[in-house]
Amino acid sequence: MRDINVNEITQNIKEMCIEATHFLTDDMKEALYSSEKNETSPLGKQILCQLEENLDIAGNDMIPICQDTGMAVVFMDIGQEVHFTGGLLEDAVNKGVRQGYIEGYLRKSVVSDPIIRKNTEDNTPAVIHYNIVSGDNVKITIAPKGFGSENMSKIYMLKPADGIEGVKDAIINTVKEAGPNACPPMVVGVGIGGTFEKCALLAKKALLRRVNMHSDIEYVAELEKEMLIKINDLGIGPGGLGGSTTAFAVNIETYATHIAGLPVAVNICCHVNRHSMRII
Amino acid sequence: MEKHITAPLDDKTVEELKIGDYVYITGTIYTARDAAHKRMYEALLRKEELPFDVRNNIIYYMGPSPAREGRPIGSAGPTTATRMDKYTPSLLDIGLKGMIGKGKRRKDVKDSMIKNKAVYFAAVGGAGAILSKSIRESEVIAYDDLGTEAIRRLYVEDFPVIVVIDSNGNDLYEINTAD
Repeated sequence: MRDINVNEITQNIKEMCIEATHFLTDDMKEALYSSEKNETSPLGKQILCQLEENLDIAGNDMIPICQDTGMAVVFMDIGQEVHFTGGLLEDAVNKGVRQGYIEGYLRKSVVSDPIIRKNTEDNTPAVIHYNIVSGDNVKITIAPKGFGSENMSKIYMLKPADGIEGVKDAIINTVKEAGPNACPPMVVGVGIGGTFEKCALLAKKALLRRVNMHSDIEYVAELEKEMLIKINDLGIGPGGLGGSTTAFAVNIETYATHIAGLPVAVNICCHVNRHSMRII
Repeated sequence: MEKHITAPLDDKTVEELKIGDYVYITGTIYTARDAAHKRMYEALLRKEELPFDVRNNIIYYMGPSPAREGRPIGSAGPTTATRMDKYTPSLLDIGLKGMIGKGKRRKDVKDSMIKNKAVYFAAVGGAGAILSKSIRESEVIAYDDLGTEAIRRLYVEDFPVIVVIDSNGNDLYEINTAD
């Protein structure tokens, strides 16, 4: 058994909210720079250059990469040998988000009720996903999610007879419909299988995977490559203003499912595919 | 084509802007997004005055992140214009000339833009840090209680945008993705 004081969780989450909204991971940066070199449209290239410059300014001047600093999605992989002390874990997570968004000059984009819509003014509550794993560590991943792209995400309850062709149509149609609204170049997270909510969670988790890595499952890796080519052939381009770079990557996660179903979720992320991960 | 224009707009300037033009805007513009649009729309229904005269003006669909000390504004990129579509024709009917956002517009908005001679610009979504550098002044002028969604008057210098829908109803997004 290992004791971890929840204050440590709060401190880390605060720092990670600020880090994720000002700096992208190396794989995302590399994807941006290599697509800028290969972009065929002059306007598309100009927009990608603007995004490169935007990243530099964000890091150097500590101005968030995007003003939509998102709703904080927090994944907590908790080793089953861990014992939390000093308070409730959920409160500690939200306290970290509150401190990060206030002290980090991040935008408060959360309303307390979906219909009444009053801003909570500290960006809480976070959306927290707990997962119990082996060991005595805690792996925290924070992915502040902007809603320009979240709004363009979709779930399809396909039937087994729809097969892989149905999955391909679901992905392509979602990206087509998202178009300029989702701030392309996008990262496309796809979940296939499980239940209604499981496939949505898989799609969200797929966005956390490095954009230069493919699935370990052979047919899934092939599907990822094929979908990326087809999406980039759509011509949506950077900012939706035309070009050969519509997506940086298609990341697909799969899970067992029911004999009667083929759930597919497509979670779109903009080019600011932010996340920060730490192991405590 | 690269153009430099000033805000507020006039009909002649609007009519000369064509889709694909890369435009630098200098002058005074206003911000409003979802919640502010809803309030303005409801005020119009009640025949009340709006917090600013929209005639000849540009509305930027934007809710910034907070400004650090010594800066006029935080990160300040465009939000999706589509969500404002429900409210837009009423504002165009009373003289709104320009909109800055990102994303598609509905047909009734385009029809109203043709009727009222207005233009829709896109700023690059997710480029809030660099766009903030073209904003020299920012002041909340209404709906302060809405926080980031309050209406702000901005003074911008060479603010970079692209004409996506012109006053003839041509739409750059549709041209690029035509099957």
